[in-house]
Amino acid sequence: MRQFLLFGSVILVGILFISRLFYLQIYSSEGHNLYEDNAIRAVYDYPKRGFVYDRNGLLLVSNQPSYDVMVTPREVEPLDTIEFCNLLKITKEQFIKNYDRARRYSPRLSSVFISHLSKKDYAALQEKMRKFKGFYIQKRSLRHYQREVGANVLGYIAEVNQNEIKKDGYYLSGDIIGKQGIEKSYEKELRGVKGVKRYQRDRFNRNIGSYKDGKYDTLPIPGKDITITIDAELQEYGEFLMKNKVGGIVAIEPQTGEILSLISAPSYNPNLLVGRKRSRNYTKLHNDSIHLPLIDKGLLRMHEPGSPFKTLIALTALQEGAIDERTSIRCSGAYYYGGSRPMGCHCGGGTRVLNNGISKSCNSYFANAFRKTIDKYDNATIGMNKWSEHIKSFGLGNYLGYDLSIGKKGNIPDGSYYDNWYPDFRWGATTIISNSIGQGEVLVTPIQLANMMAAIANRGYYYTPHIIKEIENDTIPFQYTTKHQTTIDRKYFDPVIEGLHDVYGPNGTAWFLNAPGIEICGKTGTAENFTKIDGERKQLTDHSIFVAFAPKDNPKIALAILVENGYYGARFAGRIATLMIEKYINRTITRKDLENWVLTYTLEHEYHKPFLGEPFEINAKSRMMTVEEYDALRKQIDY
Amino acid sequence: MNTDRTRYFKFDWITIVLFFLLVGFGWLNIISASHTSDTISYFDLSQPYGKQTIFIFLTFALIILLLAIDAKFYERFSSIIYIVSMLSLVGLFAFGKNVNGATSWYAFGGMTLQPSEFAKAATALAVAKHISDLNTNINNLKDQIKTFIIIIIPALLVLLQNDTGSTIVYGAFFFVLYREGLPKIYLYLALFVVLISISALKFGAPLIAILAAIISITLYLINKKKHPLLQTLFIIFITSGLCFGVNFFYEHILQEHQQDRISLWLRLEKDPDKLEAMKKTFAYNLNESEKAISSGGFGGKGFMEGTRTTGKFVPEQHTDYIFSTVGEEWGFIGASFVVILFVLLLLRILHLAELQKSQFSRVYGYGVASIIFIHFLINIGMVMGLIPTIGIPLPMFSYGGSGLWAFTILIFIFIKLDSNRINEW
Repeated sequence: MRQFLLFGSVILVGILFISRLFYLQIYSSEGHNLYEDNAIRAVYDYPKRGFVYDRNGLLLVSNQPSYDVMVTPREVEPLDTIEFCNLLKITKEQFIKNYDRARRYSPRLSSVFISHLSKKDYAALQEKMRKFKGFYIQKRSLRHYQREVGANVLGYIAEVNQNEIKKDGYYLSGDIIGKQGIEKSYEKELRGVKGVKRYQRDRFNRNIGSYKDGKYDTLPIPGKDITITIDAELQEYGEFLMKNKVGGIVAIEPQTGEILSLISAPSYNPNLLVGRKRSRNYTKLHNDSIHLPLIDKGLLRMHEPGSPFKTLIALTALQEGAIDERTSIRCSGAYYYGGSRPMGCHCGGGTRVLNNGISKSCNSYFANAFRKTIDKYDNATIGMNKWSEHIKSFGLGNYLGYDLSIGKKGNIPDGSYYDNWYPDFRWGATTIISNSIGQGEVLVTPIQLANMMAAIANRGYYYTPHIIKEIENDTIPFQYTTKHQTTIDRKYFDPVIEGLHDVYGPNGTAWFLNAPGIEICGKTGTAENFTKIDGERKQLTDHSIFVAFAPKDNPKIALAILVENGYYGARFAGRIATLMIEKYINRTITRKDLENWVLTYTLEHEYHKPFLGEPFEINAKSRMMTVEEYDALRKQIDY
Repeated sequence: MNTDRTRYFKFDWITIVLFFLLVGFGWLNIISASHTSDTISYFDLSQPYGKQTIFIFLTFALIILLLAIDAKFYERFSSIIYIVSMLSLVGLFAFGKNVNGATSWYAFGGMTLQPSEFAKAATALAVAKHISDLNTNINNLKDQIKTFIIIIIPALLVLLQNDTGSTIVYGAFFFVLYREGLPKIYLYLALFVVLISISALKFGAPLIAILAAIISITLYLINKKKHPLLQTLFIIFITSGLCFGVNFFYEHILQEHQQDRISLWLRLEKDPDKLEAMKKTFAYNLNESEKAISSGGFGGKGFMEGTRTTGKFVPEQHTDYIFSTVGEEWGFIGASFVVILFVLLLLRILHLAELQKSQFSRVYGYGVASIIFIHFLINIGMVMGLIPTIGIPLPMFSYGGSGLWAFTILIFIFIKLDSNRINEW
């Protein structure tokens, strides 16, 4: 039996070793992963991010270099923290905080330790980098905004967050991604594809050659340049006119649906959201709860359309045969219906046909037209559904489908909407009569209004508004070259357009706003609006709204303007509209006095009012205030 | 009958094939572990793998020589071989060259020779000679002591040269002596000491001492006749002495790096921060070695494709840690293959040893198997973290001329002895 001791031991050890191998190599092995093998260092080569040009070829966005310090926690060895912190210009606490954050992300993968070093700090650090094992410098590219316009359109880029990394395997910690605006919409085109070089590394962290002769290496593919539909000059001018006001302007080229300018006021310098100061500036902008500069007013502000909506009331009534252009009513300064209180009218009273109904914005006329449209059908539900279909064919009541990632649906009610409101079905045209003057349940955004005007300018069709004009070596998405036909026949547009033209006529609501040599068609509007102060609903000064297109024949520009709390339509929005049109078509402004007027008056006091905790006046009772007066006032009482 | 042809076939080809499979596979892994550029020149003497190529070629000459010598020579001259070998070890104190803290090498120009490698074969011959002597009775204490002295001399000499690994190898002769009739009490004693020592280190001396006392007293109370009081007290005394003795030995006699290795092996450190720090200091080798093996997965990354091997993440990878290269590049399949080759080689040698008609050949064969087994056990066990780190090479596999030749001598003397067994009568 004695011979079996060694014999048995040999077999036992053999089995033990193979079990251990099984445990190490199969049971607990994570397999070989190129990305996690710390013997392989991947060095990424980030391609140039595509440039952005405006419709006239003006360079808007280019790049500037930036340097990030990256860390791979597991490879960090004890280091001279004080020297390192001094080189990076950070405190020791900051060092510990950043290091912990990186370790939480992954001890094995590299992540950003400090981003956006200045060129000077980079040069100083570069020489001593060898001393700090586990840290290395990654060159990146930052955006450089050539012109300080269109921050809301251009958007911004920033480091990817954890969700974005999870959603798209392309991104690694520290990578840059478009977060807003065109940077987000055209991220794939602009960013290109990063290249990677894999190096075999030894245990001293030195590169000792390329991994497998570069078999897994890839070359970067540069990002594509894009041209956007924005007219930078017009955009700049719009932002200039909107100073000291809150609101939005959307201008569209009717024949193509190209967005000529998309202004959100107040705007900010896009360069604020670049580099190391980005997050501080972002917080500052984010916290401005009075002006909300980060909210794109042109895309996101839902409001009652007000009188501009009357154009669609007229068009649907004509299409449904409820009225024709000679149908007349007598306006006595109010519209009487049902038992309740009449609807007031500011047109001055008199006989109204379609033309002067529009140009004088007669409430009674459109209440009548709306009522006739609905009452034509046996029951209000069917009538309202038909009406709603017509309205929606102008792109209202739903997302337009433009190529910016934010938007609001707005609201166009239909029959079932009111059936739900009034479960006993006891409702009719008169119940919902405020819709006829763009109030009630109708809600729109400025870009929807601008698109509506484009469709009217085109006499019945529109292209989905879009911001992309050209992608280098590529075509723009087909949905932006597809015509959308409205449900209104072409022939019904001309009388309405004549009415819109007469808005600028001697008796029109915008009689004083004619631009030299340009036939403008437009419509004023005001929208009541409310806020809540300490839980109490409080009315604020009306929004000033204006929609227009020009020239009347072969239109080049259609726009919608919302100036929040600017009171009646012609006061601010109308003035700005005519100036914008003149700027775009004539490329020069002759009416300096008009421009001065817009620039002289501020609405800041309107925006601060609800926050002061004092009773306040609105609309006509609220005094106009110049920028100078306002500044003086501000100095007196610290707003 | 006694033609060249039959003579030729008398060599045990299975052992020879297994030997060369190990040498060849080892050579491939040495290339992988030591190459520094993509172009491999097999005879480049500035590179370890180039040297190893030469060593392997010289091995053929050595084998022919070993097989050409008359089998009786080894038995007859074993004492002289042993004495010469011991003198070469003693000579190291005067002329030895110190490498990595061990004074184990003679330097001749650019080459170095490690006599301790050859001393194992010499000792195996001497032990075989002594035990097979008709006058020797291994059950006799005097003969036991004589045998121990033969073994302990080289063991002590290499220990004094600070080569702990080689010292432990001489423990292999326990298997030989046991096979040849060493009383069973030694086996039980050895198992008892190992078990108590490890438990005392792992769980603390007081706990094990008290536990041993409780068991002994219980046994005494159950059957007072079978376990008399004096015997019980003696056992308690010895066990407690061993427990505290081991602790004392661990804390005061062992060098710091040896303490660290044992602490790592027994997982005595629980503080995660210190464990993390250990991975960068003395546990670095083991950690990297396990990582390399683990990353090989089932099929391995392929010859010369091991990223951790290429990056030289495992220090000493072409010598003591060569098995981690096998694990990384050849995966579970390749590493198991190596383990199986060793097991087959060992079983083959043991089988042949049992077939020997002369006691000298049998004892020597057992010596060969035991020595290779201890190397195999300690080296691969260490590389995979099953055994505390002890620096000894993997036979036939690790880089090094002395080691390769020493194992060639060890094995081929046995092959020669085996081929001669028919002529014994």
